[in-house]
Amino acid sequence: GPSNSEGAGKVSFLKKVPALKDGDFTLAECTAILLYLSRKYNTPDHWYPSDIQKRARVDEYLSWHHANIRANAPKTMWIKVLIPLFTGQPLPSEKLQEVMEGLSTSLKQFEERFLQDKAFIIGSEISLADLVAIVELMQPVGVGCDIFEDRPRLLEWRRRVEDAVGKELFFQAHEMILNIKELSNIQIDPQLKEHLAPVLMK
Amino acid sequence: GQHRTEEFRKVNVLMKVPALRDGSFTLAESIAILLYLVRKFKTPDHWYPSDLQKRARVDEYLSWQHVNIRGKGSKLFLTKVLLPLLTGQPLPPEKLEGVTEELNVVLKQFEEKFLQDKPFIAGSEISLADLVALVELMQPVGAGYDLFEERPKLAEWRRRVEEAVGKQLFQEAHEGILNAKNLTADKIAPDLLQHFKHQLLKQ
Repeated sequence: GPSNSEGAGKVSFLKKVPALKDGDFTLAECTAILLYLSRKYNTPDHWYPSDIQKRARVDEYLSWHHANIRANAPKTMWIKVLIPLFTGQPLPSEKLQEVMEGLSTSLKQFEERFLQDKAFIIGSEISLADLVAIVELMQPVGVGCDIFEDRPRLLEWRRRVEDAVGKELFFQAHEMILNIKELSNIQIDPQLKEHLAPVLMK
Repeated sequence: GQHRTEEFRKVNVLMKVPALRDGSFTLAESIAILLYLVRKFKTPDHWYPSDLQKRARVDEYLSWQHVNIRGKGSKLFLTKVLLPLLTGQPLPPEKLEGVTEELNVVLKQFEEKFLQDKPFIAGSEISLADLVALVELMQPVGAGYDLFEERPKLAEWRRRVEEAVGKQLFQEAHEGILNAKNLTADKIAPDLLQHFKHQLLKQ
């Protein structure tokens, strides 16, 4: 429905902090935005189930997500594309390895603790938890780190999420992420580069 | 109420991962637990307002805080209290300065973006956001960093939250963390110690 496309559009927009504007009301934080939209537009129950135990499972995932998947997955983009872009140097491969290891740990927990043998994170139906997870996990894919390659269970889950969301909408939302390599061709102002390089290298 | 004591215990028990058990249903993640309790016990509206926009403000804070107040607050606590226990060495001052500075940055963001000139994060009434914020801020305080000292606005907010919750309950709930300096390695669960060791020594 329309709420899904708004939601997906707002959370995938590269380099812009996801933000929602509803008249005078502005809201940041993708989780908060998705919850707001699901309430405002009374989306189908499965996105954020009214059953309090199922809902708690979504909350549990959304909470864990921040310090884990969300902390690790985007680093692949920083390491492979954005930092070299701003510093003009390729990044040492040990750093990438470190990032991939961190991400591997998160993915292992994701599969063993949250997904397990279920179709979706909270059970047989897709919810906001799956949406939030897949959006972050597309970032490494966009920079050439195919995390789904050796993880058949994860890949199956991704296919189910794509189907549930609708393939076309899914690719629309991720068009920018999947074309991120084009970003490397953009010219950056040298002064900005100079200013940002030490910050980014921390 | 009784469930509020439970809430506090669940988010504040030092060195234990918060978990809830309700019959055969178990739940981790303190935010998820708080929301579950709010819904199950139908607590007063202000904790998680039914007004869509006020609720969104609470969600916004609860989301942001994971890697910010919570992340940096616990980092300072772990670095200052736990790292010396793990390594057997005193903490290098630059390390402490570094994690303190990181916390200072997010404290500024907290004051400017989330609290602003309002009595509480969501507006005129206390909510889960304030509860969670203050609980996390007690970690660096427990580690010896009096972050309220030179931040009068924050100190006022803290007083308001303590009053709204009840001073005695608040002190009770934080007894553990405020005595963190007396912590020795043997008081911590071994697998938890291992987990932090790995995290802290990486940096």
